[in-house]
Amino acid sequence: MTRQMTGAKMVVQALIEQGVDTVFGYPGGAVLPIYDEVFQQNAIRHILVRHEQGAVHAAEGYARSTGKPGVVLVTSGPGATNAVTGLTDALMDSIPIVVLTGQVPTFMIGSDAFQEADTVGITRPCTKHNWLVKETDRLSATIHEAFHVATSGRPGPVLVDIPKDVQFASASYQAKPKASTRHYQPVVKGDPALIEQLVAAMETAERPVFYTGGGVINSGPAASQLLREFVEATGFPITSTLMGLGAYPASGKNWLGMLGMHGLYEANLAMHGCDLMINVGARFDDRITGRLDAFSPNSKKAHIDIDPSSINKVIKTDYPIIGDVGHVLEDALHLWKSRGRKVNREAIAKWWTQINEWRKVDCLSFKPSPQSIKPQHALARLEALTKDRDRYICTEVGQHQMWAAQYLGFEDPNRWMTSGGLGTMGYGFPASIGVQIAHPDALVINVAGEASWLMNMQEMGTAVQYRLPVKQFILNNERLGMVRQWQELLHGERYSHSWSEALPDFVKLAEAFGAKGIMVSDPADLDDAIMEMLNYDGPVIFDCLVEKHENCFPMIPSGEPHNKMLLGDASTKDAIGTSGAVLV
Amino acid sequence: MSALKIKKGSSKHSAYNLRPNFSDVQETHTLAVLVENEPGVLARVIGLFSGRGYNIDSLTVAEVDREGHLSRITIVTTGTPQVIEQIKAQLGRIVPVHDVHDLTVEGRSVERELALIKVSGSGDKRVEALRLADIFRAHVVDSTLESFVFQITGTPDKIDAFADLMRPLGLLEVARTGVAALSRGT
Repeated sequence: MTRQMTGAKMVVQALIEQGVDTVFGYPGGAVLPIYDEVFQQNAIRHILVRHEQGAVHAAEGYARSTGKPGVVLVTSGPGATNAVTGLTDALMDSIPIVVLTGQVPTFMIGSDAFQEADTVGITRPCTKHNWLVKETDRLSATIHEAFHVATSGRPGPVLVDIPKDVQFASASYQAKPKASTRHYQPVVKGDPALIEQLVAAMETAERPVFYTGGGVINSGPAASQLLREFVEATGFPITSTLMGLGAYPASGKNWLGMLGMHGLYEANLAMHGCDLMINVGARFDDRITGRLDAFSPNSKKAHIDIDPSSINKVIKTDYPIIGDVGHVLEDALHLWKSRGRKVNREAIAKWWTQINEWRKVDCLSFKPSPQSIKPQHALARLEALTKDRDRYICTEVGQHQMWAAQYLGFEDPNRWMTSGGLGTMGYGFPASIGVQIAHPDALVINVAGEASWLMNMQEMGTAVQYRLPVKQFILNNERLGMVRQWQELLHGERYSHSWSEALPDFVKLAEAFGAKGIMVSDPADLDDAIMEMLNYDGPVIFDCLVEKHENCFPMIPSGEPHNKMLLGDASTKDAIGTSGAVLV
Repeated sequence: MSALKIKKGSSKHSAYNLRPNFSDVQETHTLAVLVENEPGVLARVIGLFSGRGYNIDSLTVAEVDREGHLSRITIVTTGTPQVIEQIKAQLGRIVPVHDVHDLTVEGRSVERELALIKVSGSGDKRVEALRLADIFRAHVVDSTLESFVFQITGTPDKIDAFADLMRPLGLLEVARTGVAALSRGT
């Protein structure tokens, strides 16, 4: 079926056909024809953000909490350049995003026109793919292709740049193809021979560990389900990267907690001491591996990843399996069952004994203070008071992000939105808006630091305009906590520009936007304050004044292996734990 | 803070100083990359090399299939075996890339390059240049009373050798196409 219509109408039509219900955007000169079409329809809801970076992060929050691609509509020039941080963030964390940008008319491209920027040039390295559409004829097919590329294989952000004359001109609309005719069709099924080798290794492994990542979440809920079944059936311990939290429930008996630079002691030592590491959808990031030549020195390593370039990038793998996590887990589980569900029970029982020794170190213990709120305590209370609710957590970047990963438990996938690869301060607040749009009745909390939160605080306007009851849980230490921590440890306690001077009164700030502000500084008032935040039907800025010089532990210093963790002051008292630990 | 064993004031403990324990032998490989002939595709390939710090020794590109909209990019690159593997995987990830072939490992291949070489001189040097050109099967494609432009094809080594011989005889300019390569047989 072909229908004549303008390019602007095609954009809306293609989005509807792709099943898009929400677009995050900000209008401007070069996208006015598309905004005119957005005005004349009701199928797609447009959310007006206050900055284009916020639009992309909101779309990321939407995408990560739903599994559907997030869609962004912004104008040319500054609209596009403001989206660059969000695009890079989505690329690093493999989040499917489709960004539509306006562009100056084709006949003015290259003339340094008003609000002209080389958008496809600027965004080439920070998108999975991008297109400049020069003919209206190609527009609808390009948008359909953009969705295909964003969501297939390793997901990622794509961008379609649409000159204004292409939006005005008419051409025939091409419907979404039933099957993509393009060559871009990533492999999803893993090599059966390699899967068989992995299963055989699992049958005899004495100290196995599952090391899972964001790929499990990206593969969909079925992959998480298969992972849970596999872990329960084999009795293997499991740890996860920051990006993979929720794929296996935190309450599960085989859960070791997060691994990595600020991961749990037992998780990192299990990685260091294992003899079979099964990497499922993670990428051996430098925050995970620490010192590479001392990374898990005595293990065979399996790596399941849909992206061939992840394999052997930093760590040599013995069983490289290229394919979609869900498909490979299904095949491996099926094969393992049909071969008689064998595991080395005796050795694994011993392995668990060892792991339980490590657990006794209790690396997350901290000393609550009667005078000031410890950030760990604030999160432990938030966890206690919200864990039974349908809860979505976003974070900004820094100490609070690591504490949130340590002290909050995630029972399901798609409930945890954080900037992992790029580490974008200012991510969490707009992401929480995207999550709340997608899940209007859910409890959405952004765990933030005051410095990160200020980076995109203009989005308060968005939260209030759309009555989004997002809870901004700010752990306010008046410091750039993680920067301060590194300066203390590595730069001779010279705290160069790592404090937050001239902070606003967050309660008044909330009120100025028409939202609610709560300030708490006394540990005795904390629970009541959190309940007040939870019970308020609307956006809340929760200003939690916390201990200013708390450091985030455990910590693997950069350049050290997993068994050289620093446990901090609270747990060094446990002499057996730490001295034994260093020897392992 | 008593448990900390980091030397204070030191910033040597950066993860970015680390090197993986892969082989550090440098190898030179010739890659044939078949790409969709669309705007920006060459920029994507070159951007990958510059963005990730890979080397380009030589690069040629031209459309080879007009109906199929396919271009062939031939890249000669140098790196450790692990870097070469990464380059191939990263190239394969680019959406308009159809195929990546490592001609250096996929059986035998032929590599040829064309060069135009301008030499000026008179008397014995001029005669000697012509004689050497004959040995190298270079053709004269332009001539004045003071100069020749030679066209030579062959492996990059052969062209290097010819250019080196021309240097004392009055070499003025060299234009080279870069390597084109195909696997032998079918």
